[in-house]
Amino acid sequence: MVEFYRGIWVVAYRELLRFVQERSRMISSFAFPLMFLVVFGAGFNRIVGTMTEGVDFIKFMYPGILSMTVVMSSMFSGMSIVWDREFGFLKEILVAPISRTGIVIGKALGGSATAMAQGIILLILAPFLGISLTFWLVIKYLLLVLLLSLSLSGVGIFVATRMRSQQGFQMVMQLLIFPLIFLSGVFFPVDNVSPWLQVIAKVNPLTYGVDAVRQVFLEKDLVLLASGTIDDAGLGVTIFGHRMGVLEDALIIGVLGFVFLSAAVWSFSRQE
Amino acid sequence: MNSIQVENLKKTYGKLEAVKSVSFEVDEGEIFGFLGPNGAGKTTTINVLCTLLNPTGGSASVNGYDVVKQRNEVRRSIGLVFQESTLDEYLTAEQNLLFHSYAYGVSKDIREQRMKDLLDLVDLWDRRKGKTRTYSGGMKRRLEIVRGLIHHPRVLFLDEPTLGLDPQTRRYIWDYVKDIRAKENLTIFLTTHYMDEAEHCDRIAVIDNGNIVAIDTPEKLKDNVGGDLVMLRASDNEAATKELVEDWSLQPETQDGLVKFSVPKGEEFLPEFVRKFRGELLSINVRRPTLDDVFLSLTGRDIRDEEVDESAQLKQSLKYRHR
Repeated sequence: MVEFYRGIWVVAYRELLRFVQERSRMISSFAFPLMFLVVFGAGFNRIVGTMTEGVDFIKFMYPGILSMTVVMSSMFSGMSIVWDREFGFLKEILVAPISRTGIVIGKALGGSATAMAQGIILLILAPFLGISLTFWLVIKYLLLVLLLSLSLSGVGIFVATRMRSQQGFQMVMQLLIFPLIFLSGVFFPVDNVSPWLQVIAKVNPLTYGVDAVRQVFLEKDLVLLASGTIDDAGLGVTIFGHRMGVLEDALIIGVLGFVFLSAAVWSFSRQE
Repeated sequence: MNSIQVENLKKTYGKLEAVKSVSFEVDEGEIFGFLGPNGAGKTTTINVLCTLLNPTGGSASVNGYDVVKQRNEVRRSIGLVFQESTLDEYLTAEQNLLFHSYAYGVSKDIREQRMKDLLDLVDLWDRRKGKTRTYSGGMKRRLEIVRGLIHHPRVLFLDEPTLGLDPQTRRYIWDYVKDIRAKENLTIFLTTHYMDEAEHCDRIAVIDNGNIVAIDTPEKLKDNVGGDLVMLRASDNEAATKELVEDWSLQPETQDGLVKFSVPKGEEFLPEFVRKFRGELLSINVRRPTLDDVFLSLTGRDIRDEEVDESAQLKQSLKYRHR
């Protein structure tokens, strides 16, 4: 058991140390989503107009962009495993008296911590978009970010255990990330698109992550909607006639995360 | 108690038998060397002993712990220096050592003193705040040896510890290693394909194609070659060879214009031979056999001839693994 906890903290500690030292990574992690917001926001805001009362396109997209950043950052956190393998450091970790499960959890936690740091930095933009941040909103948001990033780190680590080169890893990740993000409701309301696209989006686990974060941010606006007085423009996610709540979304992400992380632990432990 | 005990150890990758059936013991406090060409199975054996690979057959224990069943106990009690650098080049030397101490659970009061002592020993204390990517090859290797020792291991594994280093640096590394051994009563297990390096060992196992072909002290191995080596050049090498066979009942070989053979006591043989030799001698010399000769006589091949071949074979075997 000692080996398990020590593994978690040693590996997570190093992950953070590396993140702090690579300032360029911090800056780019901020610049990329900002670009999306400005370009897409400015481009579509006028055309799309108000989606529902008090929610314009940028305000709709913002929680989606937050989730997207978290997803990308945590999925790419597996990169450090490939990197370490290429540069030999992975051996130093593998021969240490720490458990393999601990190493994987530590990597995932380290990845989550960096994802959370990025998620927090991006909150700076909220006031400019007319979103007022309350204490509870931020707490709920951070809990969701933690859950989402832990789950998706599992995917990243799983892929990383199978990859020998950074290029290979990046290729696979891009192949995974782009469809996941574009078909997840970051850029469009899932309940309000063609049926075939709805089906794909609702199978995509990321949709529920985005939906949960969005519900947290647009809580006030959505309360209005619940009273049924105005058209909700398909802002939520409905499955078999049931409108998903935050906790239900979180449950889906949590269960999938458990599966992903278990797969990552299994795959990491059996490598030689 | 033996520090390392290995019985009929086997490791295969698909069809490739990297280690066929290897048995040996290493005593406490000994410097034990694995000598052989690239691809002979040295690194595979080390990887099994340090729990990175599961053996296909046989058993092995380190410090009394089984390498399959008691992995964490084995890991805690050994230090490792790999062939290629395994430092985190983006961290400083100190941070690398700190990471290691955390991973091995070395307590703070021991850690500080230990780091100072060891870094002083290898003359790196002043450079401890430097990023390891700015280090030279020799400095990196020294730092890795220090790192492998932080947690007071009882056995230190060195996989080709001086590979790619210049002769001077290699000598320094050996001075450091011997210094450390004297201070810590450490068992050292190393692999090498440098003959001169093997001379530093108390005992050597000569390994070839996944088998151990001999284990002994360097001196005894040399004695077993059959005494001293004599090399001569005559105006007529063929006649000289004939005379050696008929009059002296020796088994000479001709190579690169030199007639070579070995005799039990070279110094006594030489004057007598020169006096009695009927042909015309151009040159003659006698020397103690080197480990090169040992390897040659044990395997029928020169260790250096193998290098190109073996590295090609190694690549082949790596392809096997990835399939």
